[in-house]
Amino acid sequence: MITMVDWARAQFALTAIYHWLFVPLTLGLGVIIAIMETIYYRTRDERWLATTKFWMTLFGVNFAIGVATGIILEFEFGTNWSNYSWFVGDIFGAPLAVEGILAFFMESTFIAVMFFGWKKVSPRFHLLSTWLTALGASLSALWILVANAWMQYPTGCEFNAATMRNEMTDFWAVALSPMAVTKVLHTVTSAWALGAAFVIGVSAWLLLKGRNVEHAWRSIKVGAWFGLVGIIVTSITGDTSAVTVTKYQPMKLAAMEGLYRGSTGQSIVAFGIMNPDKEVDNDEDPFLFDISLPYGLSLLAHHDPNAFVAGINDIIDGRSIDSNGDTVNNVSYAERIERGKAVRAMIARHNEATQAGDSALVDSLSRAINADFKYFGYGYLDKPEDAVPNVPLTFYTFHIMVTIGGYLVLFMALWVLLTWKPRLLSERGPLLKRLWYLLAIITVPLTYICSAAGWIVAEVGRQPWTIQDLMPNHVAVSDLSASYVQTTFWIFAVVFTALLIADVGIIMSQISRKSLTDLEKSND
Amino acid sequence: METYELLQCYWWLIISVLASALVFLLFVQGGQSFMLQAGDEHRDLITASLGKKWELTFTTLVTFGGAFFASFPLFYSTSFGGAYWLWMMILFSFVSQAVSYEYRTKSGNVYGTRFYDVLLLINGMAGPLLLGVAVAGMFFGAEFRVEHSHLLDPGNPVISSWGPLHGLEAFLCYKNVLFGVMILLLARTLGLLYLINDNDNEEFVAWARRRLWWNAPAFVVVFLVVAALLLTSEGVADVDGTLTRVPHLYLDNLLAHWWVAILLVAGVVAVLVGIAGALLRGSRRGIWAAGGGTIAVVLALFSLLGYGGTAYYPSTLDVASSLTLTNSSSSRFTLTVMSWVSLLVPFVIAYIAYCWRALDRK
Repeated sequence: MITMVDWARAQFALTAIYHWLFVPLTLGLGVIIAIMETIYYRTRDERWLATTKFWMTLFGVNFAIGVATGIILEFEFGTNWSNYSWFVGDIFGAPLAVEGILAFFMESTFIAVMFFGWKKVSPRFHLLSTWLTALGASLSALWILVANAWMQYPTGCEFNAATMRNEMTDFWAVALSPMAVTKVLHTVTSAWALGAAFVIGVSAWLLLKGRNVEHAWRSIKVGAWFGLVGIIVTSITGDTSAVTVTKYQPMKLAAMEGLYRGSTGQSIVAFGIMNPDKEVDNDEDPFLFDISLPYGLSLLAHHDPNAFVAGINDIIDGRSIDSNGDTVNNVSYAERIERGKAVRAMIARHNEATQAGDSALVDSLSRAINADFKYFGYGYLDKPEDAVPNVPLTFYTFHIMVTIGGYLVLFMALWVLLTWKPRLLSERGPLLKRLWYLLAIITVPLTYICSAAGWIVAEVGRQPWTIQDLMPNHVAVSDLSASYVQTTFWIFAVVFTALLIADVGIIMSQISRKSLTDLEKSND
Repeated sequence: METYELLQCYWWLIISVLASALVFLLFVQGGQSFMLQAGDEHRDLITASLGKKWELTFTTLVTFGGAFFASFPLFYSTSFGGAYWLWMMILFSFVSQAVSYEYRTKSGNVYGTRFYDVLLLINGMAGPLLLGVAVAGMFFGAEFRVEHSHLLDPGNPVISSWGPLHGLEAFLCYKNVLFGVMILLLARTLGLLYLINDNDNEEFVAWARRRLWWNAPAFVVVFLVVAALLLTSEGVADVDGTLTRVPHLYLDNLLAHWWVAILLVAGVVAVLVGIAGALLRGSRRGIWAAGGGTIAVVLALFSLLGYGGTAYYPSTLDVASSLTLTNSSSSRFTLTVMSWVSLLVPFVIAYIAYCWRALDRK
């Protein structure tokens, strides 16, 4: 039976995935447009103005639907996850409020100037508005990613038994946690790569059709360089991310690699087909087929080829060792469950003691609660296996992300080379050119798949937690019946799909129509 | 007053400012509510005028939600998770707005211009009406219970529980519905005043003025009825440490705080001046007096609602569950951190005002 929790998760996943179809393009294209307008401002070359306006039109169409899906995400925390909203609202709400005050207003104010202000403000102020729109979008991403990172690695807070919630104690620990820094950089720069792939893909279509060739190459020049920078930083921060995940979410790392029993000098699966019969509690081989690289996972996780990497069963049993060879946590999941239940009982006693005015007991219970609060969420689980995420989904999406990401590095580097030495392409035959352009077009959906896969790894890999180790999903939800959330899930599915169809229709129509106009000069 | 209490009051003030800005900015929805009454040419004029401003309303709504979440998370948790259908309807109406301005005249928009105009109409009518019904619950009460210790019950870890209709019951209370109708009529009045101010087309301005003759008086009548209901309504307040139902609480609060009374009266007068100027003297600047008056009235109402130990979200099921600034706010540390961030708000208002003026330049 599909429960309310399943529907609430499905609805959040649906909204987040739709939202993330539009946001990375806004983040990437926003900066690309700002760079193009800067070139126009410095050179006063009308051709760059025309190119800027071409991409700005597509930016506007995409931006609107990103806004539409974004509002749902924010309010869903309250509507579907109301226990969560109280339990961590003291910490999680702050980044959202800062996002609203600092980022949303910047974005929404200056985007109006960007679109309607060409003849009403000075070129300098218009350029500033374009940059501030891009900055506002990035700041918005920054704060929501800080909030997400905190859910993956809750820090800078303390549980208050009297209010039955976590309360922030260190804002900077929340905003600058290793998880937050890595996540912000990795996600924003991957969005740059996506924006660049979109610009290159659309430009390749123009080259394929032989329309506005100069405009297409102008766009590619900006897109390829920007995309290369983006994907390189994404790769570097991806590496950092693996180390961070190893340290704070070892179960996620194990699921990403389908690793059940770890070892020192652990190899990494470059390609594999998972065995559907493999469960945590049986001895089946995790893979039907795999190609592995020796020492790879130890290197990725610890930057040390001989380091120990814990598998799923190791972690459940309490065998986990960090990059220095020290034991990070030797508490088995069975014990965590017991200690989580004990913390719950202590909180109840704490509140009774508070009402009875027994301050000595309150103090001693507070200390005991704080010492073991990191296991609080485990107390809601029935058995250790409940704390294992969907391994095949995490494994496959991780490998899809890495494979496409690696391809994108090569793809962007080749386009940069071609903008530098165009002869390398122009001297080739028409068939090869045609195939190269087609590859660029296909790369656009591939980049979207890569981006969505990254989020699936991040979110599915941390299941069953809404807040890592502290709150499992079934404790975080609102008091609603499954049929209510099922109904809104389907309404959202229909509405978002209808909007996506319109969005794609408009973008394709705009590209097609504008490609037939002269993009060597600005039309207004 | 303790620092923590001061911070709670300060954040209620910020919530009140955002709420008042939001109600004023609902002129966008008010203008959209005329989409079907208008002919094709007028529709284009309406969307051209409002298309420059819709994002500001949208952003204010989102920030209002974010700020409420951050400063009074128990309200966010209780109201949004409880009055599920009411909030979902509000969200759906705003989702449809977000794409409509950008898509309605673009080629390839699949569903045609009229489809997006209908979406704008739905948002224009439903947005203010539903927001009004939701906010009315803050005065007249809602069906919820709050029990923090339930979180410790693994079988049913529910902090806030709600009546079986999950928000739909709000429509069964005539006071809530009247409040919603009042917000809708206010939005329509402000929308017409804004369109009159923003357009040079004399024929269109005359069209808007004719509609103002119906909507503005209707708003004034409903406002007076709602004000009478509100000031004679029972509220919930913290009396000697216990949440207790108090007859005509809001009237008492008004009489006890002369500055709120002045703010309320000044706001009402300004709204009336704005409307009367547009109707009787042919003024085009009515939006500024009426808009400023709207902000003052909403600030006064939120002051009556939240300060002095008044429960800003009374529970009709369990009076002890009612939400006050004290029992629903974030921690002192979080409110302090966010207060530092809020110091940037004047800067934000300044650049919004600058850009607004720049874009309205003829």
